[in-house]
Amino acid sequence: MADYEIPETHEFPVIPSIMEGAMAHSSPYVANVEFQEAMGFPSPAEPGQLIDGWKEKFLELLEEKLGKYRSMLVFMDTCVKCGACTDKCHYFLGTADPKNMPVARQDLIRQIYRRYFTLPGKIFGKLGFPGFVGAAELTEEAVREMYSYYHQCSECRRCAVFCPFGIDTAEVTMAARDILANIGMGQKYSNQIIPKVHKIGNNLGLPEAALADTLEGLEEEVEDDIGVKVRFPLDEKGADILLVTPSADFFAEPHVDGLIGYAKVFHAAGVSWTLSSQASEAANFGLFIGNYESMRNIALRIRDEAKRLGVKRIIFGECGHAWRVAYNHLNTLAGPWDFLDQNYPVPQHILEFTKDCLDRGILNIDKSENDHMTLTFHDSCNIARASRIGEEVGSQFTTPRAVIKAVCNNFYDMSANTIHDETFCCGGGGGLLTDDLMELRVKGALPRMEALKNVIADNGVTHMAAICAICKSQFTKVLPYYGMTMDQIVSVHQLVSSAIVLDGQGEEAEEPEEAEESA
Amino acid sequence: MTVLSIIYVVLFYVAMIILVGGIVNKIMLYKRVPAPLKIPVTPAPLTSGGVVYRLFNEVVFFNSLFRASKWTWIFGWMFHLSLLLAFFRHLRYAISPDSFLWPLVNLEVVQSFGKYAGFTMVIGLIGLFGRRIFVDRVRYISSASDYLMLVLIALIAGSGLLMSFVTNTDIIQLKAFILGLFFLDWQNLPGDFILLTHLTLVLFLMIIFPVSKLLHAPGLFFAPTRNQIDNPREKRHLSPWGAELEAKDGRNT
Repeated sequence: MADYEIPETHEFPVIPSIMEGAMAHSSPYVANVEFQEAMGFPSPAEPGQLIDGWKEKFLELLEEKLGKYRSMLVFMDTCVKCGACTDKCHYFLGTADPKNMPVARQDLIRQIYRRYFTLPGKIFGKLGFPGFVGAAELTEEAVREMYSYYHQCSECRRCAVFCPFGIDTAEVTMAARDILANIGMGQKYSNQIIPKVHKIGNNLGLPEAALADTLEGLEEEVEDDIGVKVRFPLDEKGADILLVTPSADFFAEPHVDGLIGYAKVFHAAGVSWTLSSQASEAANFGLFIGNYESMRNIALRIRDEAKRLGVKRIIFGECGHAWRVAYNHLNTLAGPWDFLDQNYPVPQHILEFTKDCLDRGILNIDKSENDHMTLTFHDSCNIARASRIGEEVGSQFTTPRAVIKAVCNNFYDMSANTIHDETFCCGGGGGLLTDDLMELRVKGALPRMEALKNVIADNGVTHMAAICAICKSQFTKVLPYYGMTMDQIVSVHQLVSSAIVLDGQGEEAEEPEEAEESA
Repeated sequence: MTVLSIIYVVLFYVAMIILVGGIVNKIMLYKRVPAPLKIPVTPAPLTSGGVVYRLFNEVVFFNSLFRASKWTWIFGWMFHLSLLLAFFRHLRYAISPDSFLWPLVNLEVVQSFGKYAGFTMVIGLIGLFGRRIFVDRVRYISSASDYLMLVLIALIAGSGLLMSFVTNTDIIQLKAFILGLFFLDWQNLPGDFILLTHLTLVLFLMIIFPVSKLLHAPGLFFAPTRNQIDNPREKRHLSPWGAELEAKDGRNT
């Protein structure tokens, strides 16, 4: 299946002994000239080379980051190398490469900070022993190492939960990636996708006509299935709700089953809603590449579309990092939202909407429809550690579980140190969901796969539900490597979709029988 | 005054200026640089009172470290608590008996806890040093300065313990020297080797504080991941440079 070893899963987690250089070969494709230029990043003479004067530029950009981001400035200073984070990263646990320990990953750039921006680093650097005080020279080799290891971080922030000083490696990774892109080494995957969002409206490059076609197909499919015409409106001016959802929801499995679930809930709630062709993407890869302007431009599409369509509310579909950006940053980047209905949070999560409907008892639910499954739930990193889904502290954990339990009879959680804010990344987040990083993705999935296997063995779990497009795609791909099947990952709203009974549902199925009788 | 005393008077003032000036400078910098985005690690408090409680738990109980690694927590917490107790004991050498604080500082409990804290401090430091040597992951991330920081503090603690339990220094004269520093009425410093070692290492620690990882002490309070309120939907968060960006293209109006 692969030319590398699939890590073994255990009954209890095992912290590996370090293996230096185990993943030094892992590096995603570098963006070519076309993509670099489309993003406004400089392009070197040859792809993969650095631009002229890269060293000065690097230090200049690092200084700029230190002056614009308090997180970077403080995090560069406060690490005491205590080791609390060293066994917390899924990529370390799956690869044993010590540079995948969060502190070592941060140190790739902290060494440069120490060398060029602190007195001890300057003194010992001049003496020829920068390593004595944790500093290092900025060399091309160091830059390439950064490119490799800052693309072995999914910005999941599990390390930040455990750090006594709250140091968040995601902040460091984002800063590093932005600096690298600005000296010629942008990552192909992310930088190829972002221009598509602006040009076409979504990451997948699905144009308006094709999207309309897809949605029409879904309407027919649902009608065939349950005999009720559930609408999937596109660009409808005057709708109350703008739904912004990851574009994978339009056709990928199991994502699309989730989209059908949203539509059914909206239908049952009797609200008017619409998708937008120009904002047909919840994902915001500007977050992954650590570029504020890019993230803002992507977010502003949603503002423009909300205004153009004249909606009153914005609701986001199931997507992890998109919800992080939406929940934490949409107000900052694309606000103020004073033109929307202030009786609802801006933006809302689809689970907040569905849970509210369930609490009010306006959904007709038949839980037994999901009885063939025993569920567990994967907390997506960005939702768990960078958002809420509800009013209360910790509602990002309780709301999805409450919805699952409201539509399914059989539910078990995975072990406590792998859920809630200690959840493990799926292994494909943070701009790493690309085929050129397959080995990393498979190995990084180890802790989650281990916890899943254990809950399958202990509680007879058959399926894992998720609320993130990247998680769903990643698990679809990696589950088979660990001896499970790709259809064991499901969308939460897919479960809702199966259990919900709409008015008029099933009537059509009975009709032919009656017709036969009368005939 | 002896030449030695003059040298140490000067050194103390210089070290104090570097320590206080350096930390104040860093804190001003931490305050000045904005946090452009909301990044609290959730679950996070919804109110400023909640943030105070969260930071209190981190500062006093090392809450996150406790979740991360019990051994590091035991040794680290033991060390820092000992440091605090030793600090209280040392106030005796810097506070005049006329001060309103004196009855507090002179309490038997403060003094004896502070005295024996030297031992727990050294035990904590040995534990932390041991982790650096024996745990391969921690060994990998340690540089020379990380080991030497522990050695430096252990030597300060060790020399202090020697003076408490083995060979006392002229404590009356030392106190006169310290108070003299405060009231600009300079006095002689006892010249015994252990005391000078103790003081010299402390001076060195003060000087490196603002340029070393000891900045974790003030830095802890400035981590946006821990000190931000979780209210991004309710309250718009905008940095000055973010606002400039908006003003330039007017797309947020």
